[in-house]
Amino acid sequence: MEKDIREDIAWAKINGDVLKSLENPRKLYWVIIAVALLAFGVGVACEVYQYNVGMGVANLDNPHVWGLYIATFIFWIGMSHSGTLLSAILHLMHADWRKPIYRFAEAMTTFSLMTAGLFVMVHIGRLWQFYYSLPYPNERGIWPNFQSPLLWDAMAIFTYLSSSVIFLYVGMIPDLAICRDHLHPGWRKKLYTLLALGWEGTDRQWRNFRVTYLTVACFLIPLAVSVHSIVASDFAMSQQPGWHVTSFPPYFVAGALYSGCAAIITLFIILRYVFRFEEYMTLPILKKTVRLTFAIAMVWTYLNAVEFASVWYSHDAPSKDVLIQKMVGPYAFAWWGMIFCGSIVPLILAFKRFQTNIPVLLVVSLLLNLGMWLERWMIVSPTFSRGYYRGTWVQDQWPSLVQWGMVFGSFGWFTLLFMIFCKVFPSVSMYEVKEMVYHRSLHSKKGDTAEQGAH
Amino acid sequence: MSQRHILAMFSNFDEAEAVISELRSSKIEGFNFDDLTLKSPIEHHEVERVLGDRPARVQWFTLGGALMGGLLGFWLISGAQANFYAQMKGGKPIVPLPPNFILTYEMFILGGVFISILGFLICAGLPAKRSPLYSSTVSEDQIGILVKAEESAIAKIKSVFLSHEALEIQEEAGK
Repeated sequence: MEKDIREDIAWAKINGDVLKSLENPRKLYWVIIAVALLAFGVGVACEVYQYNVGMGVANLDNPHVWGLYIATFIFWIGMSHSGTLLSAILHLMHADWRKPIYRFAEAMTTFSLMTAGLFVMVHIGRLWQFYYSLPYPNERGIWPNFQSPLLWDAMAIFTYLSSSVIFLYVGMIPDLAICRDHLHPGWRKKLYTLLALGWEGTDRQWRNFRVTYLTVACFLIPLAVSVHSIVASDFAMSQQPGWHVTSFPPYFVAGALYSGCAAIITLFIILRYVFRFEEYMTLPILKKTVRLTFAIAMVWTYLNAVEFASVWYSHDAPSKDVLIQKMVGPYAFAWWGMIFCGSIVPLILAFKRFQTNIPVLLVVSLLLNLGMWLERWMIVSPTFSRGYYRGTWVQDQWPSLVQWGMVFGSFGWFTLLFMIFCKVFPSVSMYEVKEMVYHRSLHSKKGDTAEQGAH
Repeated sequence: MSQRHILAMFSNFDEAEAVISELRSSKIEGFNFDDLTLKSPIEHHEVERVLGDRPARVQWFTLGGALMGGLLGFWLISGAQANFYAQMKGGKPIVPLPPNFILTYEMFILGGVFISILGFLICAGLPAKRSPLYSSTVSEDQIGILVKAEESAIAKIKSVFLSHEALEIQEEAGK
């Protein structure tokens, strides 16, 4: 059986390889940064234009008030799920193959949430009045509606973002101490010294660290599930046709895990090459991630079918009409694209020979996320285009270039934050890879001893 | 008597474990076993077990934080909803429990996570100043044993370290 990682890697080499990634990535890193900056610039230009001219330039009106902005918001919230959630679940299950990949997955969570947050701001148009939505005492005695899922959503996302940042940071403290101890003096050393909080790896520190990390992981699992269930409630608790579906919360959670896993595959492949992490982000670990993604893809496909069936066999004519419009109406290309990318393309992952084929996996993982983005768009826009009132059945609500530009910019913003993080902080957990190597070598020594005894 | 620190570095956990066991069983005058600190590049349950019962109490912070967060959340929401006593609510409950449960739950988790981290910092003694003796090899591949003891005990402790092939020994200068 192929090993997840070589057991004879020296600990000093692990430090050396990861620290080298902070200083000396491949040239592709800078190309990615340049493209991300360009994309982000497009997004900023679109936002400045929309801010000055008004929401009309986005081609949004009443009742088509959400468009790509909220679809992309859900996409990024979903993308955030696999990082922290999978890291926490695999940690509780003692699946040690998570160790070389969990750090970047958690960073992905944090930056996805930060990107999602932008769309909430962008879609309200009047940015300067954002504070209206915050629950604070004011002289008019007016509070946000605590019974609205939109407020639950804001609270859940704030909790998830802050807890994910904490989870990421706490898990990184021993590695920050390594950086502090082994990098040359300069701004980086000062930064790591500050952030390492004087960590020295004492038994007292490790003991409390272990308990804290486990505790926060236990909190994060139900939290992550609640976050996307609440996002689903934004839709499911309304009476709109196509949204008032009981299976929405699990469907959203499965979709979130799915897009997150696909993103982990994409980023795994990129980081492995850019930072020369071939020894740590190994093909057997990639294979495990791919198999997990395939399983989640099938769950998502099943829940999709459940949603269609429950609408089809219900006696809710407007909901059925929205579903038919998705299949044959102006959004049909996007809906069938979603089915193709989300349910057909992942079948490739069932074939063993493709489970470690990097070019194929890169293309497939990007297609899966395209499918998941289309899924969110197909949740938001068709319902607005085909609501209860015939007078609102306007089919020309094609998103304007400003909306597309902002979506494009969000990918640039996410990539920029993520790649800068990976260059400043270790994207592979050094101490956990050492633990993995150590425990596996102990295990194989025990196996050898038992085998000798048997002979 | 003044107390001094001595730090020894070892190449593997087996040696470090043997040293700890020996120091624990030996009755060296002027040395208290609780003043021994193990420093390691990774978390290692087996070696920590040799150190004896040194419990972590972060869970109490977690429990307190989660309960406090939940109660605070419910109190904040219900307090805000209480202004409906002065406004028409159409016969609906002034403090509706099912929707309030969701925000209470989020605050429960938020409080639990935040106060757990506070508990971690307090229990682990962080942020901390660098201890008097430290070797950066602890964050690479060596295991350190730091002992605080009376000056009279230092020589005996050092001989235990040397008998177990310590790679490096650092001593605090005498006062």
